[in-house]
Amino acid sequence: MLNRYPLWKYLMLIAVTVIGFIYSIPNIYIPDPAVQVSGDSTAKVIDKAVLDRIEQTLKDAKLDYFGAESNGESAMVRLHGHEQQMLARTAIQRALGDGYIVALNSASTTPGWLRALGAEPMKLGLDLAGGVHFLLEVDSASAVEKRQIINADDMKDKLRKAKLRYLSIVANRDNQIVARFRNAESVDQAISALRGDYPGMQFVKQDAAADASDFGFVATLSDAAVKEIEDYALNQNLVTLRNRVNELGVSEPIVQRQGRSRIIVQLPGVQDPAEAKRVIGKTANLEFRLGASPDTLVSNKEEFPFKDELMQMQRGNAELEKQLIVTGDSVTDAKSSFDPETNQPQVNITLDSLGGAKMNRVTRNNVGRQMGILFIEYKTRTQVVKNEAGEDIEKATQYIERKVISLATIQSALGIQFRITGLDQPGEAAELALLLRAGALAAPMHFVEERTIGPSLGADNIKKGVNSSIWALVMVFVFMVIFYRVFGIFANIALAINVLLLMTVLSMFGATLTLPGIAGIVLTMGVAVDANVLIYSRIREELRNGASPQQAIYTGYERAFITILDANLTTMIVAIILFAVGTGPIKGFAITLWIGLATSMFTSIMVSRALANLVYGRRKNLQKISL
Amino acid sequence: MTQELKIINFMGIRKYTSGFSIVLTILAVASIVFQGFKLGLDFTGGTQLEVQFDRPADLAKIRDVLHEKQLHSPVAVTFGSDADVMIRTQDQMSNKGREYIAAEITKLGNGASLQDVLRPTREQEGFVDVLVISNLTPEQVNQSGIFDSARFGKTIVSTKDNATQVAIEKGLDMVYSQHLLEELQTATGASIKLRSSESVGPQIGDELRDSGGLGMLCAFFLVFLYVAVQFQWKFSIGALVGLVHVTIVTLACFSFFQWDFDLNVLAAIIALIGYSINDTIVIFDRIRENFRKLRAVDPIEIVNISMTQTLGRSIMTHVTVFLVMAVLYVFGGELLAGFSKAMMIGVVFGCYTSIYIAANATVAMGISKEDLMPRPKDETEGGVDLTP
Repeated sequence: MLNRYPLWKYLMLIAVTVIGFIYSIPNIYIPDPAVQVSGDSTAKVIDKAVLDRIEQTLKDAKLDYFGAESNGESAMVRLHGHEQQMLARTAIQRALGDGYIVALNSASTTPGWLRALGAEPMKLGLDLAGGVHFLLEVDSASAVEKRQIINADDMKDKLRKAKLRYLSIVANRDNQIVARFRNAESVDQAISALRGDYPGMQFVKQDAAADASDFGFVATLSDAAVKEIEDYALNQNLVTLRNRVNELGVSEPIVQRQGRSRIIVQLPGVQDPAEAKRVIGKTANLEFRLGASPDTLVSNKEEFPFKDELMQMQRGNAELEKQLIVTGDSVTDAKSSFDPETNQPQVNITLDSLGGAKMNRVTRNNVGRQMGILFIEYKTRTQVVKNEAGEDIEKATQYIERKVISLATIQSALGIQFRITGLDQPGEAAELALLLRAGALAAPMHFVEERTIGPSLGADNIKKGVNSSIWALVMVFVFMVIFYRVFGIFANIALAINVLLLMTVLSMFGATLTLPGIAGIVLTMGVAVDANVLIYSRIREELRNGASPQQAIYTGYERAFITILDANLTTMIVAIILFAVGTGPIKGFAITLWIGLATSMFTSIMVSRALANLVYGRRKNLQKISL
Repeated sequence: MTQELKIINFMGIRKYTSGFSIVLTILAVASIVFQGFKLGLDFTGGTQLEVQFDRPADLAKIRDVLHEKQLHSPVAVTFGSDADVMIRTQDQMSNKGREYIAAEITKLGNGASLQDVLRPTREQEGFVDVLVISNLTPEQVNQSGIFDSARFGKTIVSTKDNATQVAIEKGLDMVYSQHLLEELQTATGASIKLRSSESVGPQIGDELRDSGGLGMLCAFFLVFLYVAVQFQWKFSIGALVGLVHVTIVTLACFSFFQWDFDLNVLAAIIALIGYSINDTIVIFDRIRENFRKLRAVDPIEIVNISMTQTLGRSIMTHVTVFLVMAVLYVFGGELLAGFSKAMMIGVVFGCYTSIYIAANATVAMGISKEDLMPRPKDETEGGVDLTP
């Protein structure tokens, strides 16, 4: 028989459709506006007691809530509408006071059995959800320049030690170090003395000028070395930004690197860009201080807690001197590594020359004492206070948090480079290095792009997108039935399954839906039926050439396949290009277009054929088909 | 349904269509070169505010305010409804804010002037900008009261290096856009709600233009390569001529009518390159098949036969895509209007191009039966033996 599918193909199609249904269903459950409460440190337990307080607060404020739950780490209550959500947040913030982060959130309403299967709704992009988008550029040129200045100081130091005389060694803005010497001989000696220490540096001897008094070399960082510095500067800012953004209490923030020197920050639901800018613009700092010795005056020492809670429990507060040695501004690098001899994890710290000198001056007289490193964060606490008119207003107060991240014994006089050993695990070293980098002075960043999308605008966009999709689908349905009758219905069922699968794939991969992404879905609806149009034209043609209906259906599907593949592959190639060159929302468009084409090839060939086979395939004496 | 199809002589008018397309392309290029594009914010950099008035907006008054403020190429148009207005300028709000506050400081007299705007240091946490003012003591700053908390939030006045420094909590960009909205409210007497604001630095626009252009060239090149591999290089030339033609004409429409050319339009144009090649390939596919199947007919006739056979499908496909894009134009809102407009123009024009230009150019390249005789491994293509 020509047009018969084996049973397993039908079963497979049914299975795919069912899976498609299950994984795209969550998209119809609109999340509830919710308020989430979590502690400002992991030690804080958010238990039933806290939840009871929250519920009581809401009852007192006459705010309707439902679905209150807590899991030890956080608690959540759901509310009716966004206005109530805002009111509830203020009320809860006031009732709980300090030590809790109260954030606006949206709570999933997807039934539990669906979530157990891992079915989640698509994420909405900022243009649909509302929120703030920043694009920050890291000024990596200044990071490179700073590194070269340090290198130049370092070179001077090394040449002095090697007893080689130089006239001047200066770093300029073009990532070059220009060194001048009295004669050609010392240039050669200097280069051979330095080359080994700077593997990433290219030394070029300057040709002696006509007056023969100018001898020297130019040392330039290789592209790879520059890239490494840029990466370092970027990652440093990335870590800091992630820390800051967490403080904003946004449910699903995005902090992502883009390209060589940019960072994207997206904060869904945040409506005050000025406040967001202030918070993410903050940096952490470090202070290196001597540990207090028994004979340190009480007036000259301070107590600080450890940042690590386990350490804090074991050792209690650490006492440090008030006098600080250097701050994070002097730290240029911090890396975790292993001691080549003992294979123990360690952290290597590099200071700039001024910092190195200060460090040396203090530590050479204090070998055997302890040195502590403090991690300093500038935090904001939001409180609700009454203004003159007696209204409740939110007031943000700034406070500084200082915590000890390392307390180690000084083994010898320290200089520009030193290391912290005695760390138990590689993870611990990596964590310490991370904190040190976050507290070091980062390369400056500036905002190059800023977008704020109001929540009402986002809701409008969703409505427009949904309307367009529905109407586009209806138009195509009607059109196909008019022109291809029963086969048009096959094509329509295939198209419906296609849209379903497209949503499924997008939901499963956690892709973000944007407004251009919706345009991609609508476009897919128009393009997807093309395959069926091709097949049906072919079948009509075969019929016209005198083929029997069964034969025509068979040939139509077989012959059109190559054409469909050819035609769709080019569009898919172009979609990949679009993904590569596009930014944010355009990427969303490219993804939906690509996935839509891939699923449409499956549905318009397999599904529509299965239906045609099911309806017409069994009839032996088929005389006429509705096409 | 078994009647023979009447072969339409598409190629009969090829001289006219070629002439038409050449003239059209010249006009299109002229429009692009001389008139240029009305580039959207993404490309030019600048600031865009979407504001909602509580009554139908008076655009004339809004534009007056924007001109009075000497904004760089300001645009004010309704956006969706007549109470929603989009305001766009190529200025950065932070620069305008700086000018605005500098003027106020100068007005204080005694040679007071704004020297510089610095980033706050680590000690100045919570502040966005630090203004350096010369010839003005901190006392005078406080007396003048120009840094009121309504506009600038919290401020700290200090002295450093013989100049007065004022750290402000609200950035200059915020200060200026707030000022602008207030001016608009006074001028129109309406209350205004800011629905969205976007600000794009100038360097972003340049990069976007580069990567957009690069994307288009990449798309052309890959399509060329794909057709050359799957078909034959003469077809590639035909396809490429067609694609460039569609792209230029669609771009020219945006230039000629001075429609907004934004990122979505760029995406539509690149997608269009992928889409309109689709149709061309279907026709090429048929031409190849007919070259192999039909004996001893000349290329022009083969093309005519192939196009007649695929005409029904071409029209159907273009109509469905046109329909969904028309729906998107009507329901999708202002943000997607450019996208759907570009697609609609491209679809209509792509239909003409794949019929009259792509095949035409391929014939002009001198395509012949020998170019397309199947290589041995292609024998099985299509999969069935046709026995009517």
